[in-house]
Amino acid sequence: MDEALAALKEYGDEAEFIAGGTSLILMMQQGLVQPSKVIGLGNIKELRGIKRSADGGLEVGAMTTHRQLETSPEAFAYAAALPQSLGVIATIRIRNQATLGGNLVHADPAQDPPPVLIALDATIDVVKAGGGARTIKMEEFFTDYFETTIGEDELLRSVKVPPMPAGSRLAYKKFLPRTEDDYATVSIAVRLGVDPDGRCKDLRIGMGALAVTPLRGKAVEKALLGQKLTADTIREAAALIRDEVDPLDDVRGSAGYKREMARVWTERTIASLANVELKAKA
Amino acid sequence: MWQFGRVSVHQISFELNGKTVERSVGPEVLVADLLRDDIGLTGTKIGCSIGVCGACSILVDGTLMSSCLLLAIMVDGRKVTTIEGIAPSEDELSPLQDAFIRKGGFQCGICTSGQIIAATALLAQNAKPTREEIKEWMMGNLCRCTGYYKIIDSIEAAAGIERANV
Repeated sequence: MDEALAALKEYGDEAEFIAGGTSLILMMQQGLVQPSKVIGLGNIKELRGIKRSADGGLEVGAMTTHRQLETSPEAFAYAAALPQSLGVIATIRIRNQATLGGNLVHADPAQDPPPVLIALDATIDVVKAGGGARTIKMEEFFTDYFETTIGEDELLRSVKVPPMPAGSRLAYKKFLPRTEDDYATVSIAVRLGVDPDGRCKDLRIGMGALAVTPLRGKAVEKALLGQKLTADTIREAAALIRDEVDPLDDVRGSAGYKREMARVWTERTIASLANVELKAKA
Repeated sequence: MWQFGRVSVHQISFELNGKTVERSVGPEVLVADLLRDDIGLTGTKIGCSIGVCGACSILVDGTLMSSCLLLAIMVDGRKVTTIEGIAPSEDELSPLQDAFIRKGGFQCGICTSGQIIAATALLAQNAKPTREEIKEWMMGNLCRCTGYYKIIDSIEAAAGIERANV
């Protein structure tokens, strides 16, 4: 770890860290990045591992592979939908190579972990080459298309999620109209808690593939918190997502189509967690 | 594959199919190219070269990986297994290799090395997979001849799973 940080300090923006390599090697092949130095992180033990913290949270080392998190009993015990959300990325072979830290710093807005981690209120621990560290909120980590707040002198060390609020559950829906291993057209992660009287007491929404960065669905959260969850209130609130997203037109659908699919999948995901049956549209 | 102004050279040593291999490589060299062009093991095929098709599948410390998305420096100190290292001896095939022949698990053959490597990784951790588990595991290995049923049949046969009316 000290060696990697020293190399980063020496070479600065000439250097790129390489984690699993699944994104960086492709970008190097395409000439999109041309680092003169590549710093391998493969042998740094302290960047690996999945730990349940005493308070019930979870800490995942940056070099943990998608497959390790997908098959982790600790992650499953935290929230079953967390490992399941890793299991829908690409193929097993790629999940054996790609790492969580690499996924986050790559900052592709259509990736699966960011919306899930936004819904879980995750934070990112970063260490600096010259010493020091800082913690970044997941929802503030992404700044633009393939851009994050992480500096040229920083290394992502781990991702932490706080304990699940009592009674809350997580769901992740990835809408894939093409093939199973494709990037999402739209993806929605929801953490929801409901009172005994049917009122929403906890709601966080993370969204993927709906803008140049992953997003949080604050307007929908605000509209439903404290409200009774019925087919009507969920439908009305989910419609607010249309104005929160700013999708790009691409081969997976037009911006207008994705905007509508964001509404549909937000509505369905909240309803499924709340055990509310949706009414057919009149 | 791509051009760099200043390229360093690194000594790497790894175990390849049970034998120690030492090489000097540039940091940009891919494992797929090292195996094929430098070491001469051409059983590992290059299909898409972007990690999608599975033709270049290898095992690194027993874990299934795409050799087109691995730098040679990343396998330093590790155990690499390619299709050439799957058979138990010169005169013997692995149960999967044998089953692929008996059950017609390949047509043109370009994907076969990757299919057998991926299936080897599957059976190592799940000796009796269900047909659904085989499909899920093998999803990342494409067969352009679309001979998928025979590939699944071959894996079931190697695992000793008998099915009626095959």
